Order: sequence, then structure tokens, then C-alpha cells
Amino acid sequence: MIPAKFDYVRPSTVEEAVSALQQGGEDAKVLAGGQSLLPVLRLRLAAPSLVVDLGGLAELRQIGEDGDMIAIGAMAAHHDVMRNELVQRHVALLGQATETVADRQVRHRGTLGGALAHADPAGDLGPVALALDAEFVIAGSGGSRTVPASEFFVDYFTTAIGENEILTQVRFPKYTGWGSHYEKFNRTAQAWSMVAVAAALKIDGGTISEARVGLANMSSTPVRATGVEQALVGQAATADAVRAAAEHATEGTDAPSDADAAADYREHLARVLTGRAVLAAAG
Amino acid sequence: MTTTAEPTARELGRARIRKEDARLITGRTRWTDNITLNGMLHIAMVRSPVAHARITGINVDAAKQLTGVVAVYSGTDLDAEQSAIPCAWPINAEATPPRHVSIAVDTVRFAGEIVAVVVARDAATAKDATELVEVDYDDLPPVLDMEEALGDATVIHPDFGSNKWVTFPFDSVAAGATTGPTADEAIAAAEADPDSIVVKRRWRQQRLIPAFMEPRSVVVDPTGEQLTMWSSTQVPHVLRTMLGVSLGLPEHKLRVIAPDVGGGFGGKLQVTPEEILSTLVARRMAKPVKWTETRSESMLSGHHGRDQIQDVTVAAKRDGTVTALKIELTADMGAYFGLFTPAVPVFGAFIGPAIYKFPSYAFVCTDVFTNKTPTDAYRGAGRPEATFAVERIMEELATELGRDPLELREQNWIKNTEFPFTNAGGLTYDSGNYEAATEKATALFDYAGLRREQEERRRSNDPVQLGIGVSVFTEMCGLAPSRLLGALGAGAGGWEHAAIRMLPTGKVEVVTGSSAHGQGHETAWSQIVADRLGVPFEDVEVLHGDTQVSPKGMDTYGSRSLPVGGTAVVKCADRVIEKATKVAAHLLEAAEGDIEFQAGRFSVKGTDKGVSIQEVVFATFLSHNFPEGIEPSLDSEYTFDPENFSFPHGTHLAAMEVDTETGRVSIRKYVCVDDVGSVVNPLIVEGQVHGGLAQGIAQALFEEANYDEQGTLVNGTFVDYTLPSAADLPSFTTDRTETPATSNPLGVKGVGEAGTIASTPAIVNGVLDAIRHLGVKQVEMPCTAQRVWRAIQDAQGGAK
Ligand SMILES: Cc1cc2nc3c(=O)[nH]c(=O)nc-3n(C[C@H](O)[C@H](O)[C@H](O)COP(=O)(O)OP(=O)(O)OC[C@H]3O[C@@H](n4cnc5c(N)ncnc54)[C@H](O)[C@@H]3O)c2cc1C
Repeated sequence: MIPAKFDYVRPSTVEEAVSALQQGGEDAKVLAGGQSLLPVLRLRLAAPSLVVDLGGLAELRQIGEDGDMIAIGAMAAHHDVMRNELVQRHVALLGQATETVADRQVRHRGTLGGALAHADPAGDLGPVALALDAEFVIAGSGGSRTVPASEFFVDYFTTAIGENEILTQVRFPKYTGWGSHYEKFNRTAQAWSMVAVAAALKIDGGTISEARVGLANMSSTPVRATGVEQALVGQAATADAVRAAAEHATEGTDAPSDADAAADYREHLARVLTGRAVLAAAG
Repeated sequence: MTTTAEPTARELGRARIRKEDARLITGRTRWTDNITLNGMLHIAMVRSPVAHARITGINVDAAKQLTGVVAVYSGTDLDAEQSAIPCAWPINAEATPPRHVSIAVDTVRFAGEIVAVVVARDAATAKDATELVEVDYDDLPPVLDMEEALGDATVIHPDFGSNKWVTFPFDSVAAGATTGPTADEAIAAAEADPDSIVVKRRWRQQRLIPAFMEPRSVVVDPTGEQLTMWSSTQVPHVLRTMLGVSLGLPEHKLRVIAPDVGGGFGGKLQVTPEEILSTLVARRMAKPVKWTETRSESMLSGHHGRDQIQDVTVAAKRDGTVTALKIELTADMGAYFGLFTPAVPVFGAFIGPAIYKFPSYAFVCTDVFTNKTPTDAYRGAGRPEATFAVERIMEELATELGRDPLELREQNWIKNTEFPFTNAGGLTYDSGNYEAATEKATALFDYAGLRREQEERRRSNDPVQLGIGVSVFTEMCGLAPSRLLGALGAGAGGWEHAAIRMLPTGKVEVVTGSSAHGQGHETAWSQIVADRLGVPFEDVEVLHGDTQVSPKGMDTYGSRSLPVGGTAVVKCADRVIEKATKVAAHLLEAAEGDIEFQAGRFSVKGTDKGVSIQEVVFATFLSHNFPEGIEPSLDSEYTFDPENFSFPHGTHLAAMEVDTETGRVSIRKYVCVDDVGSVVNPLIVEGQVHGGLAQGIAQALFEEANYDEQGTLVNGTFVDYTLPSAADLPSFTTDRTETPATSNPLGVKGVGEAGTIASTPAIVNGVLDAIRHLGVKQVEMPCTAQRVWRAIQDAQGGAK
């Protein structure tokens, strides 16, 4: 299918990209891996007058260590994120979730920044960023600002990234030595999550000392399951304790109903999958 | 006569990699959309977003003014020329089909129906212009539910007075296939008899979308002496004739080419509105035109498959002996008839009794119009539906009687020693060996071991339960004996044509009327001819899919190519040898009766004198030294009309795991032993079985075309129409038994649809077998996690 006509620029610095967006006005769109944007254009659900391609910004593909944070450029492809050694060592949950995103082809094109900026509530990386207290570095005409994950996701497909702004980097605290697991439930093997649960645990001497749990597709944004986290802390990671904690999984959710799953089924899944994710994270 | 020994089988049975694969897989080939002609214009369709409405106005001015737009037509502009899309098999001589327009004139009857045609200099402009066409609709109530449609509150085709078109009945007694009581009588008797049991169930065959890989595309060039159409179609020959008849074009002025075609699954067994409209526009413009659909357009407007309500009744003695089967179908035709729409469910009438010796049998199908995309052939066409009905009801019967499902089937199936056997649908099965296939399948599957595991999991209340699904099927392939088609009111015969041209250098051109669109005919036909003529495989070229190159054909569908088209090729090769023998006798100065042909060589019996087939061909080309009174050509043709259908069969076993906490269903193990008769190329057979299984399993677990209350298709993209991929399927264990068909010289039966037909009931039977002990009686297809979970919840809630 053929998109409507648009102008196209491929800037080579973040500043140029920001000013291109500014000049493009309301109708300008940023292009990262194109895995979500191109279908939208081809189905003519959007018809931007200008597309600003970030593909030329090599600096935004870097993944590195920055003190006690792992800093991932917004344009790092899913494939590169999940294969990265720093990610595997310090933010294993992100790698695990990224491996479940779509298929090989999409993972080579799609980017971490693009997925988070797109903010599909069914996306797999939002709940990870939220649960792990990631920080979002956003560049605008006035320079950069940093937004915590708790403020980044605003609504369906809506984030704290303003008009004429670009997400440049996502920073994760290190969770070295934590157990983690991403439990995804979908209709077909390579589809979006019907519900998914991201869980990371710190276990000291058989007792859960810290817990992070995030849910995909249980509301208009990713959800942090704080009730579950609180119920887990101080518990031994036994099946019974975990199952009891998982009962809190639906607190603060507002599960959608669609052709794949009605809200009550999603809620049931959230509880079951939370139990499974946490038990798997506990090892 | 030639004294040919059976040809040496160097090629038959050999697992050759398909010669067409390199070009098909890389896409570096002649797909219709790759064709570009000088001055070519591009067409885009404006389609109705509503299911049922009167068109009160169409404004095309803005679209016409867009730079690059050449013309915009509405239904009123084209109605005088568009005639109607033909239905080749209206099954009922008394009833006429409703007029199926290519472009709506005053009323739209399904969402996706064409309401305007835009013609532009490039495809992008044509697409842009479609958004500028303004159409005013006055909504009519959409008729979406088959059973409500029968109430006729709103009638879709007012001239018919009803949404019910016809009822097609079959009764085994009336048809002379059985003597004794009718199915109704036998069922009534069983109901009154304490030693008998009657099991009655209702199921839905959901609506499916064929989802072939290459979207449809048409190019029409009207500038030559003939009008040439390239189309991504399964049926270039049928299309040529039908196009000629419906548009009043002289057939000899039409050439239709199906270049490489990327799949069809029945979805391209059609004469489409787009083919008609492209022709009309090309003629008006006197320029070549192209139309290529988008994926969403394809899913919305290409014909759909299945969509039936099945009411199935079986009667049996308490000892398990079946006494009657009755299948009542309500079939959704959609808004109009395509080429075979009303005939599709009716194929099931004859194969309904399946592998069983039902002494009484009845089938009735009620055809209903709705405001949905027309339905038509989809892989299996009628036979998956019938097989589902019978294999599900046999499962239910086994459950009711507390019997092992395989054992109950064996008790009632046709024994190997009883062939040929005429079933209660009037078909005569020439051969079969259900015992052998079942024995092999149960061994490969470890049936007994899995039954034990199932018991253990039930006892330990494992959250993941195990079920075993059985489907022992047969089907009818090799469409079809022409006289039989005639008796059923079809508008065509069931023969197939082949021609062989012997080129001077000894190379061979094989022309076939079958029209491959991914099946591998080029390889298989080459193997057949290489053996038959004793020439190298590489020396054979197979030509097809162009009415100028292969003028006669009935094309590819219904697993007919090898049993019918392949047989035509064999007979044709035999004719070549017959002719060549006379020439060889002359060259060898021997009597014709003394010539032997073997492995490409003609020799004089009992001597070492001989000539190769290539030498005979060259001598014929020269004709310098040629026998008198004999035509100097070895080229041959043959049109083969089968005496009978062929009847593949097989035993499919599925070990299904159901996670009772989430409802998720997964296939632990899938074993099938198919008997498709003799095998030309095991690799191709394997490929067809795998693909067929994937599509049959997809119906059981994944796919369904969903409409909302307004009649809009809500999952018409690959994001929401959940096709499974390899990642959703297990590694299949496939094996074969080989009971040759007796109805053709190759002994082949057809394999294109077997997997699709057999696997759907195997999977559903397996899902139910895993959770029946929890009180679950039924899960509608597709058995999604949510549906299975709810079925368990409902059953458990009811038990509390
Ligand atoms: C077949 C398929 C299956 C998929 N399955 C999954 C899945 O299972 N789980 C999952 O999580 N995702 C899935 N995705 C989405 C995938 O993760 C995409 O890569 C992602 O959503 C978008 O990333 P992208 O780099 O392609 O962004 P693009 O498509 O280029 O952009 C997406 C949106 O984000 C904006 N944007 C992109 N980058 C920036 C930036 N740096 N700053 C500001 N705005 C920006 C764009 O303007 C656009 O609106 C799937 C996609 C496909 C095609």
C-alpha cells in the first residue's frame, strides 16, 4: 500500500533533527526503525508532511556504561540491545523482554527508543522501563531534559516527549545479580502481548529483599504492580507466597477488552502470569 | 502396438528439489505486478465502507481534478458493459443466481464492494484520488447472521423475495446408494429403541480468509489483435472462457496468462470484479492498465472460505455399530455468488459418509445470503467441513458410549478387503487400507503410552492436561469425471489436457492445462516425462498458464493436477512412443512388433540393434528417410477424462496440551500417516502435507474473520487476522502408506488438501479430550486460549 506524499530529511546531528522538526511544524514525524510508523503511513492512518529520519545519527546507537547506569541510545536496534553484554549483565530483564518482541526481521530494524516513544500499551519494553525505574533523555530546542519512567508514559500512544522533541537515550540503573523473567502471553508466537509480566527480584538469603514488577497491556499505559512488589518483599520465594502476592496484580489496572481478550480474562491472566514470572525470576 | 515394459523408474519416487524454487523463493520472476508496459495506466478501487446501503450520490469531480488522474468511473458509467460475474456451478437447475455486479450501481451489499474505479498515470496518484471520491450512502439494515437472515426481515436481493436461495438435499435411498430405511427413519427408529443411541450436535465452521502470499494483480493490454490479460489466477483457461462469455468478447480474441502465481488455496479460483473492470477500462482507454491489490483490500474483498452451521446427527446400536448419519448445513454464501459458491458446501454431500459403512445417510444444505464478502472455494472446499462433521460426531459417539475413539472407528470403517466400496453418498472408493495407516500412525504416536500419560495427569490434577485427538479421513480428489459433473449441473467438464513437443535436438516441451501456482508441477511433470520417454530430467521443460501456449485446460484446484493432469501427460508420452516406434522400426528395418522400448532406447528384440529416442526425433525432424504414409511428427496431445475420483485417506493423531490455568492450547505431538497412493516426488508430497496441516490447524486454533454489528470486517490485516507461523507449530511426524489408486496409470490420488481436511477435527477432538473430564462439552473454533479458559470456567461453575 502506498503512503500519502511527504517530504523527507535525514539529519546528521540531534540539533539538526530538532530544528528540522521545528520547521516541519505540527505535521512532522520522527522515523526510527519504521516498524510502527511505516504501517501507520501505509494504511494512511497518518499523513505527515515531513518525515525526519534519525537513521543517520550514529551516536544514538551507542550502548554504554555511565557510572551506575547503563545508557542506551534511542536508536539502538532491539537485536543489538538483547545481544549487548552490559545489558545482559546489568539489565537482564530488558534483554529477556526484547527477545520476545516480534520476529528477527523486526528486531533488526525496530529500536528501543522507537518502541518506547510509540508507547503502544501492548509493547513489551514499556513495563520493563517502568519497573526498572529507567530515565528518558529527551532533546529539544532548549537542550536536554531527563524524565523518570513514572512520568514518561501518559496515555495510549502518548508520552512525555513534546512536539519538536526527540528521545535520545534511555538510562537504566544496574540490577546486577538480580533474578528476572519476562512472561509473555500472546495469540500467536510472534505477536504483541495480550498480557505480559516483567519481574525482577533481589533475593538475599532466600528472602526477597526487593522486587520490581511491570505489566503490559493492562491499561492505557504500562503498569507498575506496586501492590505485588510490596507483598513480595520480606517473603521467601515459595509458590504459595508468590501466588498470594500475585493476587495484587490487578490493583491499579484498567484492562482493555478487545477481540483477543475481555477485561476479566486479562485480569485473570495478569494474576497467573505474575505468579509464573516471579517464580521464574526467583529461579 | 508398442511393447513397452513399464518405464524404468529413475525419477518417479525421487525426492528432487523443485526446479522452480529458486525463482519463486527469490521473487525474481514474472509476477503479474512485475509487468510494466508502455503507456500503462494504473487502477485503484474505491470500496464501500458499509455493508448494506443505497448509493444516493457519487461525486468524482475532486478526484478527476487531481493531476495525473485520467478517469474516474462509477457504477452508472460502467453498468451497460459490465454484465455479470458468472457462477459456473449453480447446483440447482431451477434457481437463477442473483446478478453479481463487478461495480455496485445503486446498492452495496457488502463492505468492500467496489463503488468507483480510478484510473491514473501512476499507482500512487490513483490511490490518492480514491480518497477524493465522495460517496453518499443511505444505510440499509445489514443482514449478518445466517439464521436471522432466514427470517427475511431485510431481503438482500429483493427480486428473490428471500435470503434463502435454495436447499440442496441428498438422501441415500432416493439416490439409490443404499436400500433400507432413510436416515430420518433410521434415526427415528433408534430414538425409540433402548438398544440404540442418537447423538446430535451443532457446530460452526467459522469464516476464513484464504490469505495467499501474492496479492492479486491484473494487467490488461488491449492494444494487440487479441486482448491480453495477465492475472494472478489459478484458472487462466476458465477465466478466458468466462470472460468471453460474460463480456461478449469473442474467445479467440482473448489471451489469458497466469505468469508465476504466488499461491491461491482456492482464493484465486475465481473470475473477479477486478478482472472484469480492468478489461472494461483498458478497452475504453485503448491502453494497457494494471490493478494490484493491497493486503487489506485482499482480505476484505477476495472471496472468503467455510462459514457454515452444521447440525449433525448419528444413530448407532449400543454395541457401536452406526446405523445412520444426517448432516444439515446452513451455508453463508455472502452477498453474491462467485464461480463455485453454492457448489462448495455440496461437495461435502458425497464424501459425508467418509470411511464408514453408514447404512442410511442424508445431507441437506441451505444456502443463505448475508451482507458479507462472498464465500467460495478454500483449500479442501466442502470436504474439510464434511470431514469435521463426521469425525467430530464419531468422537462424540465414542464418548457417549465410553469407547476408545480409534476402536469405534475401526468397528465401522470399510475394511481393506471390502474395496471397491460404494459409500452411502454414491461414490465408489476404488482402494484404501485404513488398517495399515492407522497401525503405522498409532505406533509412531505411541498411542498407548500417551493414553497412560493422560491418565496420570488427570489423576495428579496436573494444571496442564493432555488430550488425544483422532481423525481418520478420506476425501475425493481428482476433479472429476465429466459425466458426473454434468449430472450435478456443473458448467464444465473435469478432463485435463496435455501436449508433448519433441524438439529437433531431443529436448522435450511438455504443455499442461494444469496451472501451477506453487505446487511444483514443473518438477513433478518433468520427472514423469523423463521416466516415460527415457530422457534426462534436465531435458524436459514444462509450459503452462498461458492460453496461447497451452490452449486447452481445466486448471488447478481440488487436488486434481496429478491424478487428472498428470495422467494426461502419461498418456501423451505413450502416444509419442507409439509414433516413435513406427519410425524406429523403419530406421532399424525391423517389424514394428519386434521393437522394444526401454529407458530411452528402441531396439530389435533379441538383437543388439537399436536407436535412441533422440535419434528417432532427429530423423523425424529431417524426414529424409521416413516411412510412407506416416505423418513426420512425434508431437502428441491427450485429453484425459477420469473414470472416477481418487480417494486419499489417512490417520491423523494429535496430542494436545491444555494449560487449564490460562486456557492456552499447544500441540505436543502431531503424527499423520497419509495414503496418497503412489508418490512421484516425496519431497513435494511432504511439503503439501506440512502446508495443509498448518492451514487445517489454523482453522482449529487460530483463524477467524470477524465482523462487527455494522458488517465491517474488523480483523482484515495480518496484525489481527492471526495466521500461525512455523513458530506456532510443532515438528510434524509425517509418514505414508501407499495403496495405489486403480483409476489412473500412475496410481496417484492427490495430496494438495489432505492435511487441511484431516487436521482440523483431530485438533479439536484432542482439545476436548484434554478437558472433557472437567465438564467441558464444546469449544467453538478457533479454540483460542480465552475460549478454552471460559469453557473450563463455565463447566466448573456449573459443577459447583
Ligand atoms: C510485525 C511486528 C510485530 C511487532 N511485535 C512487537 C511485540 O511483540 N512487542 C513490542 O513491544 N513491539 C512489537 N512491535 C513493534 C516494534 O517493537 C517496533 O520496533 C516499535 O514499536 C517501533 O520502533 P521503531 O524503531 O520501528 O519506530 P518507528 O516505527 O520508526 O517509530 C514509532 C513511533 O515513535 C516515534 N519515534 C521513534 N523514535 C523516536 C525518537 N527517538 N524520538 C521521538 N519519537 C520517536 C515515531 O515518530 C513514531 O511515531 C512489532 C512490530 C511489527 C512490525
